[in-house]
Order: sequence, then structure tokens, then C-alpha cells
Amino acid sequence: MNPEKVLFGFFIVLALTLNFGFFVGELDNPDHHHVYELFAVIVVNLVATVLKFGDRTQMGAVLLATSLVALLQLFAAALVWTVAEQIATTGLTPVVTASIVSLSGGAMLANVVSVVLLVIETVMLRR
Amino acid sequence: MQNIIFLIFRRMRAPLLALILTYAIAVLGLVLIPGQDADGNPWRMDFFHAFYFVSFMASTIGFGEIPFEFTNAQRLWVTFSIFFTVVVWLYSIGTLLTLFQDPTFQRALTERRFTAQIRRIRDRFYLICGYGETGSALIRALTDRDQHAVAIDIRQDRVNLLKLENLRQYVPALCADVRMPIHLMEAGLKHSLCSGVVALTDSNDANLKVAITAKLLHPDITVICRADSHDIEANMASFGTDYIIDPFDTFAVHLATALQAPCLNLLQEWLTGREESELRDPIYPPSDGLWVICGYGRFGKAVYDQLRKEGLELVIVEAEPEKTGLPKEHCVTGRGTEAETLQKADIQRAVGLIAGTDHDANNLSIIMTARKLNPDLFVIMRQNRQDNDAIIEALHADMVMHSSAIVANRIRVLLGTPMLHEFLQLVLYQDDEWACELVSRILALVTSHAPDIWEVAFSEETSHAVCQSVLEGKAVRLRDVVTDPRNRSKLLQCIPLMMLRNNERVLLPEMDEMLHRNDRILFCGSHSAANRMEWTLQNEHALSYILTGEARPQGLLWRWLKRKEKA
Repeated sequence: MNPEKVLFGFFIVLALTLNFGFFVGELDNPDHHHVYELFAVIVVNLVATVLKFGDRTQMGAVLLATSLVALLQLFAAALVWTVAEQIATTGLTPVVTASIVSLSGGAMLANVVSVVLLVIETVMLRR
Repeated sequence: MQNIIFLIFRRMRAPLLALILTYAIAVLGLVLIPGQDADGNPWRMDFFHAFYFVSFMASTIGFGEIPFEFTNAQRLWVTFSIFFTVVVWLYSIGTLLTLFQDPTFQRALTERRFTAQIRRIRDRFYLICGYGETGSALIRALTDRDQHAVAIDIRQDRVNLLKLENLRQYVPALCADVRMPIHLMEAGLKHSLCSGVVALTDSNDANLKVAITAKLLHPDITVICRADSHDIEANMASFGTDYIIDPFDTFAVHLATALQAPCLNLLQEWLTGREESELRDPIYPPSDGLWVICGYGRFGKAVYDQLRKEGLELVIVEAEPEKTGLPKEHCVTGRGTEAETLQKADIQRAVGLIAGTDHDANNLSIIMTARKLNPDLFVIMRQNRQDNDAIIEALHADMVMHSSAIVANRIRVLLGTPMLHEFLQLVLYQDDEWACELVSRILALVTSHAPDIWEVAFSEETSHAVCQSVLEGKAVRLRDVVTDPRNRSKLLQCIPLMMLRNNERVLLPEMDEMLHRNDRILFCGSHSAANRMEWTLQNEHALSYILTGEARPQGLLWRWLKRKEKA
């Protein structure tokens, strides 16, 4: 067992599960989506991205790309939230909530790809 | 480039993870700890403000407590956070700085810069492997002739030396092992403008590896190698190395030529001498009598074989005959540095002495001891190191064999003036009288310095005027080209040595020879003659003055007036 692989797998899967946790619920209901969850998703995704740095294989490159996509989506979601709360001060209207959650849904898709790739790599390794 | 990014990523992984975690903890703490607003109402910091605050706190800029003054609980948390975030920042920046100073990283950067330089080369260049004595002499000679070179050497100090050298052209240099094909490719082996590879390292194996790599990866370029063992030479020749230069054999042949045909030898020396080097007097090695050869190594063997072919009486003096092996003839065991051994070798009766060990001090000592015993000896000294130039000059040996200089000289002729190389090959079939006559003609041209050697190709680019005249059907003879464009009754101070036309070589072409397009002619002569000839070749007015003796009207108006006058 390679401890590096354990940590790697852990963070990639955790990124997906947390992302799912934030995403699940009514799309435009702010009560179903907590800000702490989004924070956790962003932090775990950041860690997962950094863990993917420096892998020269084709698989490593695609994994890094999916992570970067997820991060981009999540940053966009966080930005929308911040603008709505702090700058436009409209608060979490259903419209804003829907766009935040759908952005995180996109990130979740990227995370799903990440996990699928991880599974494929593991299966192909056969060791 | 790829390498560098990956290197940075891999090394920065741990510091980046540490940064993310500390930031996350600090931000989360600030969000969780309850605070109050200006009026004392309970208030919780949101993620936006927490992130903003941590960002400037961690980099210790410090804008104060925002948006409201902190409670004591918040201050306690911030106190801790300041310390751990600052430490992590220092750690990350420290790692980045170490990375930049890391030898591997630096090396990756240097190689990258070097490959970029090579990619930008827009002129033909030669790849020189090994920047030792030979390499530096060759690069200097090439750059003096405005040719480009790229150098690789395994030692950094030599590469640094090259950078300090004041050369006319910029010579990109890399410190790398030439035995690795990747380094040769970095240095432009596969570059379309790479016109030759020269392997000059100290090691025969490395030279062999360079030759085979070059022949495999870029089959149509010239490969020139230095080799000093016959095994390796045969090996190199087997896969088509274009020129293999063995300094010992070269010198031995040189000596044999000097014995048989002193003028021929002198001619070779003068023509291959570096520009502006002093012309030396002819040497006459005694061709009958006893010769003593000290040292029966690679050099000793090469000279021995040649001199035996000349039918000379020879004695070998060798300190370690069990290592070198000995010929059947008369041999003496000993170093030759002491009078006793030399006396055993009959030095009093000898006419020539070759001090050919691989140790300069011993060679000097041999010669000085021998001269005491027999002051009239013809002395040949083998020089192993360039730094000993001064003492070797003081010795006034009749001939000095310096391998690096010999190899550099041969390659310089090969690359710089390929026609001269062909000329010298042809000259070997001529007799000594022919050579003596040519030597006296050259002597009349130049004063005390070696003549300039130049090639003229009669093509549109290099001799526009001549080509134009030939196209118009005018007869241009060789005599016209060597006429002084300032005074057509005088000839320039130069001699056409060889003409090359459709792969046919003519030695010393006649002055009445008609010139055709794409002829190539090799000249030797004074420096000013080369410059003036350039005029005739390129300037139509200069050529027309030579051909007709009249200054042709240059402007439209004058031409019109002239035509009127005639009519």
C-alpha cells in the first residue's frame, strides 16, 4: 500500500462527496445549501489540485485539468455569493442561490470525471 | 521548458499544501468565533471578510481590525494565526528560493537558454566537441574567418574560459558530456545549418561516440575526428567518418616530406600557417646517418615507421620497453635524460634526435643532455602542453611537434579553405623542384609573413561583375582578374594556385585561361591583393577599366553624351 496514493484518493473522493453534499437539495432554496460546506469544498479541491501537481503522465495531466475546472467553477460560485451578500447586498435570492448551486453542480461534474479517471487508473494498474 | 515547470510544481507541492491548510484554518477560525459590531450587537465575520483579513495578515501588511474592532476571543485567534501563517509563508518562499539556487534547476535553465540560442542560429555553423587546447585554437581560427561555431565541453572551467575569450563571433557553449546524444542534439546536431561536427576531446572513446552519433542522426554532415590509435581510426573509418586526424601520423608524414623534399614541406607550412604568422626558414633534416628516437609510445612508433621507410639507421631509447614493446632493431633501455643511456645509443655519432616522450620536462632534459654530447644534432621535440611554449621556444629545437597545434591546423585548413586542402593533396605528387620554384614565387610576393589564402567562386553572388561580363559574351581571362584595378599595367601580388572546374583540378592555371561561370580558383598572396581583387570581381566599372583600359561613363547623361560623340 502506498500512503501517497491513499492520501491522493482520499482528497479526490472527499472533494466529490463534499461537493455533492453542497449541491444536493432544492436548487433555489438557500436553506439547503450552507456556506461552510462551500468553504470546505473549495479547500479540499485546492488540496486535491496541489496533490496533482508534478505528475508527468497523460493521466496526471487530465486529472489536473479536471481539478482546475472544478476550482474555476467553485471560485465563480464563491464570487457570486460574495457579490450578492456584500456588494449588491441583495442577499440570497432564489436566482442567486440557483446560480451558485448550479455552478457548484458543474464543479461536481468535473470532480466526478476526476474520480472516474482515478478508478480507471486503479483498474488498469492491476497490482 | 516542460522540465522546469514540472520541477517547480513538484517542489512546491508541500509548501502550497501547507499554505492552503493554514489559510483554511485561519479563515475558518475567524468565521466561527463570535464578534460584535460597533454598537455591541453580536456579529459573525463572513468568509469574505475573513479571507480578506487573513490575506493581509499572513503577509504581515496589517491594515488593522476590520470591519469592526475585534473581541478578545478573536484577538486570541488572530495572535495564533499570525504566527503560523507567517511561518508558512516564509517556508514557501524559502523553498522557492532554494529551488532557484538548486544546481539541477540552474542546469535545466542553462540548457534551456542554450537550446534557444542554438535554435536561433541563422548561419552555417560547426559543432566543436571538446574545448581544450585544440578546440580553442580551432574556434579562434574559425571565428577569425567569420565562421560560426558551437562548443561543448565536459568541464565547466573550460566553458567559462571560452566566455572570457575575446572572439569575433559569439560562440554558444555548453558544459555537458558529449557521449550523451541528447547533449549533441541540444547543441544543434540535427539543426539544418549544422555543417560539420568536430570531435576533439582527449578521449578516443568519446570522439568515437560523437562520430557515430553524428553519422547516425545527421548522415550528410562532415564529421572530423581526432584519434591517436590505429584501432580507433579503423573503427571510425568503418562507418564513414569523413576525416580522421592522427597528430602523430600527421607529423611523421610531415617529417618524411621534410627529409625527401624540403621545399615541399616549406610550401605546406607557409600555406597552412596562420595569417600573419612569421615565415620560417626551410629545414633540412639530415637524411643519412643515425637517428636516435627517445620514447617508443604512439608518437615514437609513428615516427619510427616513417623513418624506416626512408631507410634511415635508427636507435630507440625507451624507459619501459615491457609496456610499449620494442622493434627488432637496436634498442636501449633507459629514459634518455642521462648521458649514460644516450652514449649507449651512440649519440656522438648520431645526426638527429627525436625527444618524443609524453613528458615535456623529460624531453627538454633529453635534448639538453644530448646537445652537450653532440652539439650538431638535428633536434625534434615533442611538446605535450601549451603552457610550456616559452621554455620550448628558448630551446630552439629544429622542429617541434605539438599535437594540439597540428590537429587544429589541419582542421582549420579543412573547414576554412577546403580547396587548400585539395591543393596540398595534389602537391604531394609534384617533385621538389616544382615546389622550390613556387616557394620562391611566393617569397617574392610577401615579406616576412605568411601569405593570405583565399578562394574565389565565380558565381553571381561572389563575383557579380565577372559573371555579368561572361554572360554578355565578353572574354574574361584569369589575367584580368589578377590585374590591379587601379593600374591595369600592373598585376596584383598574388598567385592562382589551383582552379576547379567541373570537378577537374588544374594546378597553377595559366594566365590566359578563360574564366567560366562556377569556376573556383584558389589564390595566395598579400592581404591588399585580396582586397583589390574583390573590387574587380564585384564592380563592373573596375572590371571594364581592366578589360578595355577606358573609364566607362557611369551616369545616364554621360553615357548619352558619349554615344552622341561617337555618332
